[in-house]
Amino acid sequence: MQTVQINLNGRDVVVNEDLSILEAAKANGIRIPSLCNHTDQDVKANCRVCVVEVEGVRNLVASCSTKVAEGMKIRTDSPRVRSAVRTVVELILADHPQECLTCIRNGTCELQELSQRLGISNVRGRKRHDKLPIDDSTNVLVRDPNKCIKCGRCVEACNNIQQVGILFTHYRSTDVQITPEYGKSLSEVACVLCGQCVLACPVGAIYEKDNTAEVWDVIGDPKKHVVVQVAPAVRVSIAEEFGMPPGSISTLKMFSALRMLGFDRVFDTNFSADLTIMEEGNELLHRIQNGGVLPMITSCSPGWIKYIEHYYPEMLPHVSSCKSPQQMFGAVAKTYYAEKSGVPAEDICVVSIMPCTAKKYEAARPEMNDSGFQDVDIVLTTREFGRMIKQAGIEFDDLPDSEPDSPLGKSTGAAALFGATGGVMEAALRTVYEVVTGETLEKMEFEDVRGFEGIKSASVNLAGQNVNVAVSHGLSNAKQMMEMIKSGEGDYTFIEVMCCPGGCIGGGGQPYGTTTDIRKKRIESIYEVDRNMPIRKSHENPEIKEIYEYFLIAPLGEKSHKLLHTKYTDRKNLTAK
Amino acid sequence: MGITNIYNIIEPKDMNKNALLQILLSVQDADPRNYVSEENINQIAQMLNVSRSRVYTTASFYSEISLKPRGFHLIRVCSNAPCENDGKAEILKTIEKTLGITIGETTKDEFFTLESVNCLGACYMSPAIKIDDQVYGNLTPKETIGILKNIMEADKHE
Amino acid sequence: MNKLSKENYIFDIEPDKYIDLEGYRAMGGFSALKKALENEPSVSIEEIKKSGLRGRGGAAFPTGIKLEMVRKNEETKRYIVCNADEGEPGTFKDRFIMRHLPYQLIEGIAIAAYMVGASKGYIYVRHEYPEVQLKLRESLEALKNAGLLGNNIMGTGFSLDLHIFSGAGSYLCGEETALLSSIEGRKGRPRVKPPYPTQSGLWGKPTLINNVETLANIPRIIEKGADWYASLGTENSSGTKLISLSGDVNNRGIAEVPFGITFAEIIEQFGGGPLPRRSVKAVNIGGASGVLVPPEMLDTPLDYNKCAEVGITIGSGAIFVLDDTRSIIKNVQNRVKFFLHESCGKCTPCREGLRQIDGIVEDFLEEKAAKSDIESLERYAVTMQQASFCGLGQAAGNSLVSSLVHYRKEYEEACVNDTDDVEKKA
Ligand SMILES: Cc1cc2nc3c(=O)[nH]c(=O)nc-3n(C[C@H](O)[C@H](O)[C@H](O)COP(=O)(O)O)c2cc1C
Ligand code: SF4
Ligand code: SF4
Ligand code: SF4
Ligand code: SF4
Ligand code: FES
Ligand code: FES
Repeated sequence: MQTVQINLNGRDVVVNEDLSILEAAKANGIRIPSLCNHTDQDVKANCRVCVVEVEGVRNLVASCSTKVAEGMKIRTDSPRVRSAVRTVVELILADHPQECLTCIRNGTCELQELSQRLGISNVRGRKRHDKLPIDDSTNVLVRDPNKCIKCGRCVEACNNIQQVGILFTHYRSTDVQITPEYGKSLSEVACVLCGQCVLACPVGAIYEKDNTAEVWDVIGDPKKHVVVQVAPAVRVSIAEEFGMPPGSISTLKMFSALRMLGFDRVFDTNFSADLTIMEEGNELLHRIQNGGVLPMITSCSPGWIKYIEHYYPEMLPHVSSCKSPQQMFGAVAKTYYAEKSGVPAEDICVVSIMPCTAKKYEAARPEMNDSGFQDVDIVLTTREFGRMIKQAGIEFDDLPDSEPDSPLGKSTGAAALFGATGGVMEAALRTVYEVVTGETLEKMEFEDVRGFEGIKSASVNLAGQNVNVAVSHGLSNAKQMMEMIKSGEGDYTFIEVMCCPGGCIGGGGQPYGTTTDIRKKRIESIYEVDRNMPIRKSHENPEIKEIYEYFLIAPLGEKSHKLLHTKYTDRKNLTAK
Repeated sequence: MGITNIYNIIEPKDMNKNALLQILLSVQDADPRNYVSEENINQIAQMLNVSRSRVYTTASFYSEISLKPRGFHLIRVCSNAPCENDGKAEILKTIEKTLGITIGETTKDEFFTLESVNCLGACYMSPAIKIDDQVYGNLTPKETIGILKNIMEADKHE
Repeated sequence: MNKLSKENYIFDIEPDKYIDLEGYRAMGGFSALKKALENEPSVSIEEIKKSGLRGRGGAAFPTGIKLEMVRKNEETKRYIVCNADEGEPGTFKDRFIMRHLPYQLIEGIAIAAYMVGASKGYIYVRHEYPEVQLKLRESLEALKNAGLLGNNIMGTGFSLDLHIFSGAGSYLCGEETALLSSIEGRKGRPRVKPPYPTQSGLWGKPTLINNVETLANIPRIIEKGADWYASLGTENSSGTKLISLSGDVNNRGIAEVPFGITFAEIIEQFGGGPLPRRSVKAVNIGGASGVLVPPEMLDTPLDYNKCAEVGITIGSGAIFVLDDTRSIIKNVQNRVKFFLHESCGKCTPCREGLRQIDGIVEDFLEEKAAKSDIESLERYAVTMQQASFCGLGQAAGNSLVSSLVHYRKEYEEACVNDTDDVEKKA
């Protein structure tokens, strides 16, 4: 590593020569304001709140896009800098509705924080009078263009990370708008509702449709028996909503919180993740043994399912017919659990807490009603869950531990893995291996499918036969994977695809401020959860054994087929003529 | 209107992402209504294997690409200072009165669309306007009416 | 000293004379290319460096150094781009060159391509110049047929595949990185610099981008030598400059002048001075992105350094004269509206600053402005100059800021009252 000496506000410091001024200042205790900058993204340099003075340069320079150089003399605090930064922030605010008190980002907004830091007390300049229409056409996301500061972060998330290509900056000058083509709403285009744009947005210009009020309503309704399920990834991220370090594991506090919120039964999506492995593992074996379509591709990520329906419908036969754990849960909650508990299915309300925005879409799919009712009634994201806890005045840090309820609460380490990229694969391999070989798997960790690489592959020896598997996360990698399969490159039997980078722990419903580093910490925690579970293979889960014994009878059986499997729809119409 | 057979105007080998701007211009030129229709945006997106929004972002940036149907003749009035100082306002008013349209509008008979344009490089003969590919300079309101009348006459005889 | 003798013209200036290929060859055209091709590229690069030629597109960067930077790049796939986007209002010299002397430009491009080792190139012509595009296309065809362009030029083994690329109505695409994005099929937004186009230009390859006038100078320099060229101008501004003269003067049009001549002389000698019974009130130098210069500063010589000292930007060499009948604020408004239309909207100071300025200037013209608005104009304009992403925003406030220095009284007189009237706009 080469270093250079620079002078920062009169102080000589030595820094890595690859750093931008912004990064070098941060490393030396000075936080230069920034808005468009995002650690995981390309430098955009368009907000201009990060300008600083560099001796010998006529104009101010953007510290995010300017690298340090030997002998560079930088001032971040001169009157010239202060006046420019203040004016730039005022210019943004003059074009911004001042609605912080009622804004979904109140308290998490980067613009609000900046305005507060700079002590802006008076926004000079004329406001904009024309209110742009809000897009709430989907049941998942809301776009409020009035709050958009045109930073371009969502554009990069949608086009580089996900390569879906929905959001672009259209028109120019004061007309610029970050929307689908022709200003269409998200429901009119092939947006997959992954919410990665939401995670990228520094302000309240794109956000999830908040369903907390509906949950409060059903909890308060004495006729309703409200059961809740909570996804694997939430237990390693919810604590961030309360200021705990990224990756904090709070599984048991989380169950206590749910109980205190008033849910009648607290269950776990990890239970139905184990159920998914039973069905999906057997489907894979069935396809292998009966000449079915291979490679088989996983189906638990609803953003991914919507993506393949729009963009690669011809590949749909490859997708496992298994519903996602969320939907399997809903279907058995309103049948098996209803039967077992004696609560009529029509009185049961299934709420799920998910790291994902697309889960809201999945739950509302018309075909997801195999229990005779909408299988999952309301979906909340991790962020909405955090909001409910705050609204209830619950001190999360001080919560006691508690266990989930029976009969949909027990789970294994394999199920926890679903939260991380490669996890479904690993969980499936643990079970498939033992089913096929009849032997006990000694080393449960499949290191080759772990890690943050976009596409991972491994070769697994199953009873003398080598089976090639692959894993991808983030839709840009999924796209590459699809092209590979189509071109006949890579001879795979089983493929796991997750819509979001890092898998569900990086989902669009996770706490704001999710970065690659934070994703990696959450993944580590997922592995820790797995390691600490007494049972680590899905087929050994006693509640799973029970449901098959008394209700489902056998994987891929008649009941399973009705409740746990689904069909997909070709949605090419929105992407091509 | 709307859908153009793009391969009639662009060679398949030239159909790549890098050529997007030239493709848009060619498609616009080939359209009798002088614009790029939504159908064509979709078609280009499909042929280039990019999203529609990706095509639209380029198309919507450039002021010489129209996303709305336009008239048979395009009248562009230079709006920069040398022309403005030399009577652009009167020329514009004359055209508006003669045709009954303002900037951005198309006549009912779809003959003319009126637009404003940046400096035509004809400031030595300001005020200047451009009708289709022809620049007219040193204009007076009377001459302007004459030019418009001539075009209407010529079209009638076609 | 300030008159250029006919044999020293870089451009054969006779309005409405078109020089075809035969005519151009009769004038000695393509002998410079021949000469260049007979030598190592470095020989010609040295000659250009010695000539002191600086870019005519606005930034006045030394052309020889730019050529060398592209030449020295390790990547051998390189491009040449001729910037013929001429969008600066009041500028028509590139149009003149391309209509009247297209072959001289193309010869210059070919020599430059040889110097930097580029075998593919584009001439990016704005869409508003269809007749120019036509003329250039014909010229390229004629040259290919004559073996002066395309494969194996003059049998030397050097090849240049040159294309016309049409802009589509964006002033910003004249900015070099925006132009490259435009050729790559994207919207014409500027890119972060560095890397500069010389390092990473078209499709990430080293690219030479020069203005039409810059490139059209090259054949004459190679032909007649750097010393001759340097003798034409001043110490740091050598050669001649094409001036686009417009506005309130008797004769408007293109003038080729040697550097060192004063603006007053240009207006008198070529423009024939102001119209009868009128006087010069202000001169806008360098197009919309240039400044407004009061008459007392017109004795400044046309010289990059001397102009910079007094805050004049020569830019494209447009000179637009306003006489005493003109309103400064109205003229400033015209520019503000121009930039408001052409801003790409990427960065806050330019996009939002122009929106604010536009509103305030309108208030001045509608006699609704307050004294405090003058301070606001200054604050926004300075922030735009200081903090904008690209040259457009950095220059968009130039005419406004200079008018606030030299014609402040006009603003003060237009104010209605002294109250700090912020509320009314809320
Ligand atoms: C907003 C803006 C517009 C520009 N327009 C043009 C133009 O129309 N023609 C041009 O040659 N250079 C233009 N330039 C300058 C180019 O960026 C670049 O400096 C020039 O093409 C380099 O060529 P030269 O070294 O020969 O001057 C513009 C710059 C900016 C910032
Ligand atoms: S987006 Fe941020 S600044 Fe804007 S209203 Fe919401 S909280 Fe306030
Ligand atoms: S939800 Fe996903 S696909 Fe839809 S706009 Fe956002 S990033 Fe793009
Ligand atoms: S929607 Fe959000 S992320 Fe996208 S450009 Fe606007 S402010 Fe930035
Ligand atoms: S200064 Fe900013 S908004 Fe203006 S044209 Fe340049 S990048 Fe675009
Ligand atoms: S953070 Fe540097 S310009 Fe936005
Ligand atoms: S300003 Fe109108 S042609 Fe130049």
